[in-house]
Amino acid sequence: MTDATASGAAPQKPASGSLLELDARTKRRNAAEARFKFYGMAAVGIGLLFLVLLLVSIVRNGVPAYTQTFISLPVELQAEKLDKNGNRDPEEIKKVSTFGYNPLIDQALFRVLEENGVESPFEKGADLRKMVSASAAAEIRDYVIANPEKIGETVSFRVLASSRVDGYLKGRVTREDLARDKNLDAEHLDIIDQLKEAGAVARTFNWSFILGADASESRPEQAGIGVSMLGSLFMMLVVLLLSLPIGVAASIYLEEFAPKNVWTDLIEVNISNLAAVPSIVFGILGLAVFIQFMHLPQSAPLVGGLVLTLMTLPTIIISTRASLKSVPPSIRDAALGVGASKMQSVFHHVLPLAMPGILTGTIIGLAQALGETAPLLLIGMVGYIASNYPDGVASGFLDPNSAMPAQIYEWAKRADPAYYERAWGGIIILLLFLMTMNIIAVILRRRFERRW
Amino acid sequence: MSFMKLTASALAVAAVSASAAAARDNLQVAGSSTVLPYASIVAEAFGENFEFPTPVVESGGSSAGLKRFCEGVGENTIDIANASRAIREKEIKACAEAGVTDIIQVRIGYDGIVFASQLDGPAFTAFEPADLYNALAPKVVVDGELVDNPYTMWSEFNAELPEAEILAFIPGTKHGTREVFEEKVLAAGCETTGALEAMIASGMSEDDAEDACIAVRTDGKSVDIDGDYTETLASIDSNPNAIGVFGLAFYENNTDKLKVATMSGVEPETATIASGEYPVSRPLYFYIKKAHIGVIPGLKEFAQFFVADEIAGPDGPLSAYGLVSDPELADTQAMIENEETM
Repeated sequence: MTDATASGAAPQKPASGSLLELDARTKRRNAAEARFKFYGMAAVGIGLLFLVLLLVSIVRNGVPAYTQTFISLPVELQAEKLDKNGNRDPEEIKKVSTFGYNPLIDQALFRVLEENGVESPFEKGADLRKMVSASAAAEIRDYVIANPEKIGETVSFRVLASSRVDGYLKGRVTREDLARDKNLDAEHLDIIDQLKEAGAVARTFNWSFILGADASESRPEQAGIGVSMLGSLFMMLVVLLLSLPIGVAASIYLEEFAPKNVWTDLIEVNISNLAAVPSIVFGILGLAVFIQFMHLPQSAPLVGGLVLTLMTLPTIIISTRASLKSVPPSIRDAALGVGASKMQSVFHHVLPLAMPGILTGTIIGLAQALGETAPLLLIGMVGYIASNYPDGVASGFLDPNSAMPAQIYEWAKRADPAYYERAWGGIIILLLFLMTMNIIAVILRRRFERRW
Repeated sequence: MSFMKLTASALAVAAVSASAAAARDNLQVAGSSTVLPYASIVAEAFGENFEFPTPVVESGGSSAGLKRFCEGVGENTIDIANASRAIREKEIKACAEAGVTDIIQVRIGYDGIVFASQLDGPAFTAFEPADLYNALAPKVVVDGELVDNPYTMWSEFNAELPEAEILAFIPGTKHGTREVFEEKVLAAGCETTGALEAMIASGMSEDDAEDACIAVRTDGKSVDIDGDYTETLASIDSNPNAIGVFGLAFYENNTDKLKVATMSGVEPETATIASGEYPVSRPLYFYIKKAHIGVIPGLKEFAQFFVADEIAGPDGPLSAYGLVSDPELADTQAMIENEETM
């Protein structure tokens, strides 16, 4: 009121300047606008710069993890070492542990050096064997157990080179670095150079990084993200199967059926609050409720999925309610008008129209859950865990497993620098998954969402 | 209606899982992050050589591991706790209260604790426990008197040390490594610098003085690292003047970034640690729940495999990774064979 009377009391002077000539005030306003545009562009530019930096560093650090160095070894499977009694009984062959295979590898190495005319300063097989991954013995043993008839023959294996040899071919390890390293010597690298020339050592694409299981600290060259990828898959199944029905049912009830009173208001506020709760809180809740109280198994994807369900529910409820709200009331009125029950109007008319929004919200929620690490720390999914492939669906849910982000975290803290590279490599896979999910969400929204 | 089906199937999954949760066929190990690498190496080889599935090894620190170990007996509790220190009386009591009475203590070998700094940083090449005490204690002896630590440079109390700001990254209190650092370095330094005597002379009881000896200054020159050695390494990477506390095995994997300092003139190596010349070392243990032997498949086999000569012996993979093998390994093997409890 006072404003109106004030402006009425002092009428504005008619503008005295020319339209073509800007007065000082207009210039200032225009300058402010230009400045603001510049700030905006600078902000976007900085954001893009960080994104590019991030992607470049991820790709640069992570891509080497996808190739691995292999050494071709003709190994003579000596019968007197592997099957003393000569009856080719798998049970007896199994009694020879992986340590029993090391002499065969030493011999094969000496043979490769000899065949390629490589001079070696190493007399002892154990010194020479530093070039080969410790996984080689297990690989050969598994082969012999599966093919006992091959004992006595010479079989050619492509075994993994040790992480430092691999690092040398990738440019991560130099001769100077090895000066004080007891895991490998510069002389080994001379041998590797010559073997590479001869074709016995080669760096090729490494599928087992994508499909394989985790490995112990002493053999990063063998580690893969495959098993923890399965762990993530089973967790996401639990999240999807629980949070989608619960979340959608809760939001349909709250949005369409529930009376508007203090209680529903309170519930609404608390759902929004839950969405903002830090994920570690859900982790400790999961530990207390699912593991210590309900006695579900430790480190199991089922428990991880339950915890992440708690975390994803608010996201799904909020987005589902938003998309239910965006369906115009005329749809409901029309359905009710032709005699549909309330439930029929919701399930036959409102829900199908809201579906694209619900699915988008669900996918975004799942993507969030897929990248979550903090709650998994507390329920025991970090460590040397993702070492066995699940035997079936039940074992996939219940046997200890890790998840992709937890595996990446675990690799990043291991001592051998080769694991650091694998952590970056794992991040690439995780990002690809997240990007795919987000793209699907965007497509769903673009394709099917209706606007009124 | 598909929601109903979905909900029903979800409930079914939950029900199946709850009933199947009763059977566990894989070993569960948790505890010290120092022992984790060794345990994971053994677990991997165990999975390769036996019909049992590869055991699961989690980290989290000695205290956290022993706490979980002492939660009780049953398939929902861990079978083995790794520790980089011996179990404490308090923990044994907590174990007993939860029904964990028969515990087998297995010493797997020794681990050296080294002090390392950036490869091209100041020349921190030789320390005495007294130097670290003077650098990190809240109260030190200056001219015969006990005063608040006035030092900001290493060279201020030992002219042989470089003229660099004091900054040390030490393991946090939940790590077993911290205890060794306190006992073998700070307490030793406290005694040799005369601070212990001065504290007792100033009217402190002996116990209080010993506790005061292992305190560290809180003005930011000593930083607790609660995470793993990788975190310490990252801190060292960004602070050329800093020194950090590492396990020998971790240092040996990162010799391209770190240089190690001698302690009391002795180079930390497996040989000097085994002989006891290098003072800062500690035994590594794991603890087995005897009640789980025979219940959880493969538990005894795993323990036997862990301390077998070909694994934990001087030429085994653990020693290659940095463990100092135990000269009394044969006794340990016999102990596991007979399932002798503590």
